Amino acid sequence: MKANILSLQNKISPEDFTPLPDRFFAEAGTETEEIGYWKASWQRLKANKIAMVALGIILVLIIFAFIGPMLSPYSYEQQVRSDAGLWPCLKHPFGTDRLGRDIMVRCMIGTRISLVVGFVSATIVLVIGSIYGSIAGLAGGKVDIFMMRIVDIIYSVPEILLIVVIKMVISEPLDTLIASTPAFKGLQRIGSGLIAIFIVYGLLYWVGMARIVRGQILQLKNQEFVTAARAMGCKSGRMIREHLLPNCVGQLVATAMLQIPSAIFTEAFLSYLGIGVSAPMASLGSLTSEALNGITSYPYRVISPAILISLIILSFNLFGDGLRDALDPKMKK
Amino acid sequence: MQTLRYIIKRVLLAAVSLFVIVTLTFFLMNLMPGDPFMSEKATEENRAILIAKYGLDKPVHIQYLRYLENLLKGDMGTSYVLQKGRAVSDIIRESFSVSMQIGLKALGLAILVGLVLGCIAGLRKDKIADNIIRVFSSIGISMPSYVIASILLIVLAVNLNLLPISYKKSGGWVMPMITLAMYPACYLARLTRASILEVMNQDYLRTERAKGMSEFVVVFIHALKNSLIPVITYLAPLTAHILTGGFVAESVFNVPGLGRYFVSCISSRDYTMIMGITIFYSALIIVMNLICDILYKIVDPRIKFD
Repeated sequence: MKANILSLQNKISPEDFTPLPDRFFAEAGTETEEIGYWKASWQRLKANKIAMVALGIILVLIIFAFIGPMLSPYSYEQQVRSDAGLWPCLKHPFGTDRLGRDIMVRCMIGTRISLVVGFVSATIVLVIGSIYGSIAGLAGGKVDIFMMRIVDIIYSVPEILLIVVIKMVISEPLDTLIASTPAFKGLQRIGSGLIAIFIVYGLLYWVGMARIVRGQILQLKNQEFVTAARAMGCKSGRMIREHLLPNCVGQLVATAMLQIPSAIFTEAFLSYLGIGVSAPMASLGSLTSEALNGITSYPYRVISPAILISLIILSFNLFGDGLRDALDPKMKK
Repeated sequence: MQTLRYIIKRVLLAAVSLFVIVTLTFFLMNLMPGDPFMSEKATEENRAILIAKYGLDKPVHIQYLRYLENLLKGDMGTSYVLQKGRAVSDIIRESFSVSMQIGLKALGLAILVGLVLGCIAGLRKDKIADNIIRVFSSIGISMPSYVIASILLIVLAVNLNLLPISYKKSGGWVMPMITLAMYPACYLARLTRASILEVMNQDYLRTERAKGMSEFVVVFIHALKNSLIPVITYLAPLTAHILTGGFVAESVFNVPGLGRYFVSCISSRDYTMIMGITIFYSALIIVMNLICDILYKIVDPRIKFD
């Protein structure tokens, strides 16, 4: 048959269908490395200078709070009478207070409390919020409506008011419980005040997280892989654990991270009002309120805890923002 | 119709929330160890008489029902300890008017400063002004209110001697106002900036520019109006912040407002005051939330009623 010169048909031969040689892309210089979700996020985070500086400050603060007190010659409750009321000097870089306690060590302990409060409450919020939110989202229907009504009600409660009342209520029973039960002896060092704060976070702060998780689950649960898993006989519990939560883990971590500064804020606020950690334990909030009486003659006592708490919250805010952008680029503004 | 249904639903939910708060606070409060008369110098006998007089010897659920009954009649009872014998509603009215004066000034300042700075930053993205505003607003939202109060005290009152420490002297309201307004102003600036940046990328603005409208009209008439919508949602948390911020600002600057009663009424177990203040604050915050949510949906029809 004569070839039609006007034909647009490609001239193809069987050779066109042979597989490419193994090293084709490498030789052409167009090979791209396949990277996973976490590695890609880490690369995005590394490119964000502000977030990395904030991370550096957080690491320094952790060393300051957890290793610092071991290196200091003083302890946070030790009163050196001869050194009372000193301005910052070589012996006491942040000065001493009215009772001769070294303010630097007290600031270290206060930073430690702030950090512990931040991390523990973020964990509490993460666990309770994601379990509650995913159950509501997956169950749907009446269960979902009922569960979200509870969230709505807790959400509209002015939490500061309830925190103070709940804290007052549970502090004393907690004290007796810790003192009487040998299993809780280890908790004595943390103090009932701090545990009460954790309980309150556990009761009130998880609702924001629950809403976010539910929203994510609602989006995910109509996707094909969920239908496929269900067709293979996957039960609800396993569905949440193995299919749904791993798919929104980035947003969960980012939200939990941004919970840390707000928890630290609340603890400092409570301690400042005198209902946080109990004396002689030092918190950055109580250090400031103690020092405020002598502010006209000893302003330095206010300055170090005030700068520290702002620095902690600032670096967690900046790192949290960076982490959110890295883990969830769609949310970036 | 849909709007009306949504409003009714939200009002009912608000009422339920308030009821839950009242109930929860009442029983939690009674679980606290001690009673209002524990610091009384009276004998055991007199204490028993006082407790019987206020009906505190009855079972808690009966006290609760009686309180609810009186509350529905508008009677919040009289203070037990802090201002013995005065009606709680009178105390709240009197001291809240002081708090409100400062609060409203702070609210105005925060909205003014926040919007102006946010607009500047958003319209001059990545310029020097934007960078300065972003740095300062990031620092501003990271400082607890007592830190701001301390800095103001050290700089303005102690070192520069510009303003009086005590609230009672003239100009005493300036520092509490700045303390309360700092966080919301910085937060609003960030919010406004983000919102302006989002609106500036929308198609309708490109259309307007393509039609040849002047940049002034595009930015100030069409872009700003839409970018202020998300700001409405922040007004409720803003009010809550100024209220709770009052606890700290009023105690630092000795302002005779409602905030300073908040902690003292709990530690002195002044039951009627605890209930009165909790109900008052919660109602205020819940109503603000309600108004903002409804306003938000009316202003922006794109938002769905669920």
